[in-house]
Amino acid sequence: MADPLLRVDNLVRRFGGILATDNLSLEVPRGELHAIIGPNGAGKTTLISQLTGQLMPNSGTVHFAGRDITRLPSYRRSALGLARSFQITSLLKDFTAIDNVALAAQAHDGHSFRFWGDARKERHLRDAARAALERVGLAARADVLVSELSHGEQRELELAVALATKPQLLLLDEPMAGLGVTESARMVTLLKELRKEFTIVLVEHDMEAVFALADRITVLVYGRVIACDAPDAIRRHEEVKRAYLGEQHAVTRHGGQIG
Amino acid sequence: MFLLIEQLLNGLQFGLLLFLLAAGLTLVFGIMDFVNLAHGSLYMMGAYFAATFVGWTDSFVLGAILALAATLLLGIALEFVALRHLYGRDHLDQVLATFGLILFFNDMVRLIWGPAGLALPLPAWLTTPVQLLPGVYYPAYRLSIIIVALLVAAMLYLVVMRTRIGMLIRAGASNREMIGALGINIKLLFTLVFGLGAALAGLAGLMQAPILTVQIGMGENILILAFVIIVIGGIGSIRGAFLAAIFVGIIDTLGRAFLPDLLRKVLSGAAASTAAPALSSMLIYLLMAIVLVLRPEGLFPATKR
Amino acid sequence: MKSKLNASNAVVAVVCAALVLLPIYSAATGNIFILTLLTRIIIFALAASSLNLIMGYGGMMSFGHAAYLGIGGYAVGILAAEDIGSGFIQWPVALAVSALFALVIGSLSLRTRGVYFIMITLAFAQMAYYVASALSRYGGDDGLTIYKRSTFDGLINLSDRTQFYYLCLGCLFGGIYLIWRIVNSRFGLVVQGVRSNEQRMQAIGFPAYRYRLTCFVIAGTICGLAGALLANNTDFVSPAVMYWTRSGDLMVMVILGGMGSLFGPLIGAIVYLVLEELLSQFTEYWALIMGPLLLLIVLFARGGIMGLLGRVRRG
Ligand SMILES: Nc1ncnc2c1ncn2[C@@H]1O[C@H](COP(=O)(O)OP(=O)(O)O)[C@@H](O)[C@H]1O
Ligand SMILES: [Mg+2]
Repeated sequence: MADPLLRVDNLVRRFGGILATDNLSLEVPRGELHAIIGPNGAGKTTLISQLTGQLMPNSGTVHFAGRDITRLPSYRRSALGLARSFQITSLLKDFTAIDNVALAAQAHDGHSFRFWGDARKERHLRDAARAALERVGLAARADVLVSELSHGEQRELELAVALATKPQLLLLDEPMAGLGVTESARMVTLLKELRKEFTIVLVEHDMEAVFALADRITVLVYGRVIACDAPDAIRRHEEVKRAYLGEQHAVTRHGGQIG
Repeated sequence: MFLLIEQLLNGLQFGLLLFLLAAGLTLVFGIMDFVNLAHGSLYMMGAYFAATFVGWTDSFVLGAILALAATLLLGIALEFVALRHLYGRDHLDQVLATFGLILFFNDMVRLIWGPAGLALPLPAWLTTPVQLLPGVYYPAYRLSIIIVALLVAAMLYLVVMRTRIGMLIRAGASNREMIGALGINIKLLFTLVFGLGAALAGLAGLMQAPILTVQIGMGENILILAFVIIVIGGIGSIRGAFLAAIFVGIIDTLGRAFLPDLLRKVLSGAAASTAAPALSSMLIYLLMAIVLVLRPEGLFPATKR
Repeated sequence: MKSKLNASNAVVAVVCAALVLLPIYSAATGNIFILTLLTRIIIFALAASSLNLIMGYGGMMSFGHAAYLGIGGYAVGILAAEDIGSGFIQWPVALAVSALFALVIGSLSLRTRGVYFIMITLAFAQMAYYVASALSRYGGDDGLTIYKRSTFDGLINLSDRTQFYYLCLGCLFGGIYLIWRIVNSRFGLVVQGVRSNEQRMQAIGFPAYRYRLTCFVIAGTICGLAGALLANNTDFVSPAVMYWTRSGDLMVMVILGGMGSLFGPLIGAIVYLVLEELLSQFTEYWALIMGPLLLLIVLFARGGIMGLLGRVRRG
């Protein structure tokens, strides 16, 4: 069998006394849409951040496309084809939508130690950016400042930025957080499209969406994997039901709720 | 040997003085996230007030107390009129606005007291040397600075560590949102802390006044030193400020005292005597640069994440 | 830059035209004073523009920018004192030393953030100040008189007031043009992106540190040029040009004019230095007015004069 695209082995990350990632191992083969679910505070964002290099693990390794990337800074990982969207929208607020996306394209088009030519007039960067905006349905809003976009549009822009880096693996941290019903539906349709092209790791609280989209689901509680299986098996999994799906009060002692 | 002891004491004395200045600065910085360049002006005002009031009352102690009160009031007024509108603005705005205040205070002093410096003579009972060890004499006044500053430091420690206000101050330094959430009258707390800082700066200024001349711009050099100290110590940390201040005071003093002789061994006499003070001044900044490169948040950061 | 007809562009156009025509007016009226004043203003405008590149566009709040004024100046002064009078040697050295200094302090300072960055740049500038005070061979504390301005044989005579004025103006316009190109280039967009959201820029694949450092060095080099001009203008260089209040002056000019606007620093330098000149003619205690004015500007005129004139767009 071929190497998985992403392989995580025995990852550990502590914050003071809290074990946010507890000896976590995970494999994501090429082409899969792998969902990660778990109550708030389970360590999902922490995991994604270690995969993309915003956080360094205390121990354990991360392999991407057969290569050990555990200690690489995030910009190097981006160059290798890892892209993420942030749970809390993280964009260049005083730039227009298209500038945000074009910069992502620029990052993957040779170095940027070019001091003279007008970057906003580089055709291929603008075209690539426009295509990515088109893809997420934001083409009409290309020249609007990010700070003037609605929350839903900013979530879509997050995705467009990730797409413009021509990734092999998309790590999406709650792309539907805070979206309304119609916006969520649009996002699901979009994700259905994207999964044909990209390997995706999806962190999401919207169970309906997760079970509709995922090939496999990993359930995280207190930083630990308590189950990793196909959606149907997860639905039937006793421990998952107890800890997470069925009796929600079981997790409230952790201070989190599903939402 | 006696010289070394004396210089060490001088260093301690200077360091403690710097601590008084730095304590106010680091509190204001840590709690209100406010960069106050005008802190040095309060130090200068303390010195000018002291020189004036001691002249009026003919009593050093009475004059000093009046000067302290005056600086406290000035600080509170300053906070009330101008600075409270700058909380929550970015540091750059604060740097700029308080830079303007420095210009203002310098010219204000020039207008009121004239461009020439003032002298603040000591009463006779403070000028006699005290015998510390057999054969080791030390000026009574410098000794009293050490004692006063240590007392103030101890009081500050008790206030910050043992009282309710201190609890709020510490909470504020490590987590600003929290004091808001506790429903404390933040405005009042800030004004109080600012006043306290101003009084400490004034105290430093008036105690330093008899040693140096009281002059315009005296606050600026020392302000930068105080900033160096709080950056080395870790912003918002009183303990860090205390240790760093003593460290900086001693290094600075020893550098000034002994570097010329050391340099004379390698350089010509004239070159050595101009280079030495410059080099010993540099020493402090070098220290800070090293600390920041190795520990970008200072040695004792108040905010623990 | 879109050529829009609005208040700020109009002001900039008028100011630039006035600067170009000023020597004619000066010659016609015999008013030499105004030419001298404007030469100084132009030099500071160049320094402030370079600070604007890192502060306004790059978000790097350097509180030690005046160090380069001194370094550029001392490069010229020291070489002149050693009988190397050619500008073709003096000026490249001034630029190179400034760039090197920026590279060294930038590579250390840029590891810190926020107030720590403000303070560490200040600390390095103070070190430069004390080094200059220790140069007893070159005047130490008292500074160094430059008996002969840089010579550019056959090209330009710096001792001619008008020629020197146009040289300074040329450097200023050249500097602003360069900054304009940079700001809109790939490099410039990256630097501005890092100002806006460093984590995001790293995540999409930019090694932020390198870009910031490069920007820091470019700004230092441009300011070194201003330093070389300043030394020639005053025929003198002293540690005082590096003192931290000088760095404060430069920051004031940038913010007064409008951070992150191309011509803001020029407008800021003009307003600040003309105001200082006027106030000091009117009263000895000009700072009594200037100080509170700064406070008011910070409180009520965010975005500086250019912002007030109704254009906040960057780039
Ligand atoms: N920067 C941090 N500092 C301290 N604790 C953190 C930090 N980030 C996350 N944590 C803690 O780690 C745990 C996991 O957080 P997170 O990964 O955000 O959970 P999730 O994304 O699953 O909601 C939580 O207990 C959280 O409080
Ligand atoms: Mg999360």
